[in-house]
Amino acid sequence: MAFKIVASQCTGCSACEPECPNQAISEKNGVFVINPKKCTECINYFDEAQCAAVCPVDDTCIIDLAYPRYQASA
Amino acid sequence: MHAETNRSNIQELLPLDALLQKAAEHKGCGTSSEGGKASCGSSGGPDNMTPEVWEKVKNHPCYSEEAHHHYARMHVAVAPACNIQCNYCNRKYDCANESRPGVVSEKLTPEQAAKKVLAVASTIPQMTVLGIAGPGDPLANPDKTFKTFELISKTAPDIKLCLSTNGLALPDHVDTIQSFNVDHVTITINMVDPEVGQHIYPWIYYQKKRWTGIDAARILTERQMQGLEMLTARGILCKVNSVMIPGINDKHLVEVNRAVKSRGAFLHNIMPLISAPEHGTVFGLNGQRGPTAQELKALQDACEGEMNMMRHCRQCRADAVGLLGEDRSAEFTTEKIDAMEVVYDATTRREYQQVVEQERQATVAAKKAEQEQLSQLADAEGISMLIAVATKGHGKVNEHFGHATEFQIYEVNAKGAKFVGHRRVDLYCQGGYGEEDSLVTVIRAINDCHAVFVAKIGGCPKDDLKKAGIDPVDKYAHQYIEQSAIAYFMDYVGKVQAGEITHQTRGDADIRQGAYIAA
Repeated sequence: MAFKIVASQCTGCSACEPECPNQAISEKNGVFVINPKKCTECINYFDEAQCAAVCPVDDTCIIDLAYPRYQASA
Repeated sequence: MHAETNRSNIQELLPLDALLQKAAEHKGCGTSSEGGKASCGSSGGPDNMTPEVWEKVKNHPCYSEEAHHHYARMHVAVAPACNIQCNYCNRKYDCANESRPGVVSEKLTPEQAAKKVLAVASTIPQMTVLGIAGPGDPLANPDKTFKTFELISKTAPDIKLCLSTNGLALPDHVDTIQSFNVDHVTITINMVDPEVGQHIYPWIYYQKKRWTGIDAARILTERQMQGLEMLTARGILCKVNSVMIPGINDKHLVEVNRAVKSRGAFLHNIMPLISAPEHGTVFGLNGQRGPTAQELKALQDACEGEMNMMRHCRQCRADAVGLLGEDRSAEFTTEKIDAMEVVYDATTRREYQQVVEQERQATVAAKKAEQEQLSQLADAEGISMLIAVATKGHGKVNEHFGHATEFQIYEVNAKGAKFVGHRRVDLYCQGGYGEEDSLVTVIRAINDCHAVFVAKIGGCPKDDLKKAGIDPVDKYAHQYIEQSAIAYFMDYVGKVQAGEITHQTRGDADIRQGAYIAA
C-alpha cells in the first residue's frame, strides 16, 4: 500500500514532503523516502497522490508493486 | 491578507507611470524602435525616473545597467521545490561550468545561507543585493525563503532583498514579501495567452492537483497577472523575465510586453532560450533552438519604446556570486566558508560603496563629455555599428582578448554609445597557447560587430579577426568603454567621409548554448 521514490532519480527538491497528508515522507542522505507503513496513496484525502503530482522528475514517485495496494476500510 | 484595495496607493502609481513615460519620451538614445521613441531603458539614470525609484535601483546590478559594472549580487539556493514544470528546465543537470538558472551545486538551509551572505558581504564589499531565485521556486518554499530573509535582515540590514518567481503562488505571499521590505521582485512571464503557454508548460501543481495543457497555462497566467498587479499597487519594483523561444513565443512576447507594462512592471528582461540536448530538457532533446543574436536584439528593440528593457542579464545560477558575468561562487562553498574568518563590517562596506559611487559618476561624466563631441559631428551618414568589448568590469576596456569569457556589446551611432547585450565565449587562451577552435567560436559569437576593443591581443587572433572583417583595437586599453566607442566611431565616420573606407553591414552572430570547453 505505498508509493515509493526511486532514489537514483530523486533530486532532493523536497516538494513532496510537506504535501503528504500522513507525514510519510522524510529526507535520508539527501534524497526523500516514503514510509510504506504510513502511505495511504492519498485515498480518501485527495483525487490523486500528492507526492507524485508535485514530483518534477517523471517516473520517480511511483506505485511500489512490492506492496499490496492500499485498501480503505469500508 | 486583506481583500480591500488601497486606493491611495493606486493614485500614487499613476503619476509615477506618467512620469516614467515622459522621461522615456524626452531622452532618446541609441536604438530606434517601431513602437515610438526609444528610452534609455535600464541604462536610465537619475534624470529618467523619480528620486524614490532611482534610490531603489541605482546600486542593484540587475535593475540598473550602469550599476552592473560596479555592484555585485549573490543568490542563495534555499528554495529547491518547484510548483510547475517548464520545457526548458532540467534540475538534475548540474555542472560547474554550466551557467543556467535552476542549476546549483549545493542546496542551503536558511542558516547556511545567512552565514554565506555574511562571508560574501565581507569579502566583496560592493555586493549590495541578496536574491533568492531557486533552484526551484522561492514561493513554493515559503518557509525557507522567508526564514532566510528574516535572518539576513537582522544580521546584514544594509543588503537589499530580492526575489525571483514563476508567480503561481505569488498572490498568496505579497503581503509577507512587503513586510520584509523586499524592494525588487522578478516574475518569469513567458506568455499571456494560454494557447501559447501550453507549449511551454507541461504541468503546474495548484490547489492539490496537477493541471496540464491549456488549463494549466490559463491558471498560471491569471495568477501571474494578479500577482504583478498586487506588487505594483504596493510600490514594489517588478522586473519581468521572458524566455524567447523561436517559433513558440517570439512574436507573442510583444503582447506580453504590453500586458506587463499596463500593469506597472518597471523593467522587461527578454532572454534567449538556453537549449542543447546535453541539458536533458524537453526543448533541448526535441531540437528546439534558441534565438540568434540578431533575432533577440530585434525583439528587444521592438519592445524598447514601450517600456524599459534589460539587456545585460547573464542568466545566472541560483547560487551565483559576484559581479554579473564574473561568477565567484566556487570561492564560497560551504566548506570554504566554514574555514573563513568572517567579520561583517557595515562601515567598511559603506565606505567602499562610496568609492564605487564616485567611480560610477566618473564613468557617466566621461560618457557625457564624449557625447557632446559626438553631437558636433555634422553627418554620421546614418551609420550604426556594434562593438564588442573585453572587460573585467568598472566600465573600462581592461581585459585581454584571450582571457575574456564574454564580450559586452555596445551599439554606436550618431545618438551615442549604448550597451545592448553580451556574448559568452569559450576561453580562447589556454595557458599561453591559443586554441584554434575557440577562436572560431569567438568570431561566430561577435560576428555582427565591426570592431572588438581589448586591453591586449596576440598577433595570431588579430589577423584572423581582420580576415573576418572585425577590427581588433587595443588603443583604448584601460579607458572608459563608452567614451572610447564614441571616439572610434567618430574616427570611422571621418574615414568613410574621406573615402578611405566603405561602410558595410555585418552578418548575424550565434548565442552560445553549451558548456564551456575549459574549466
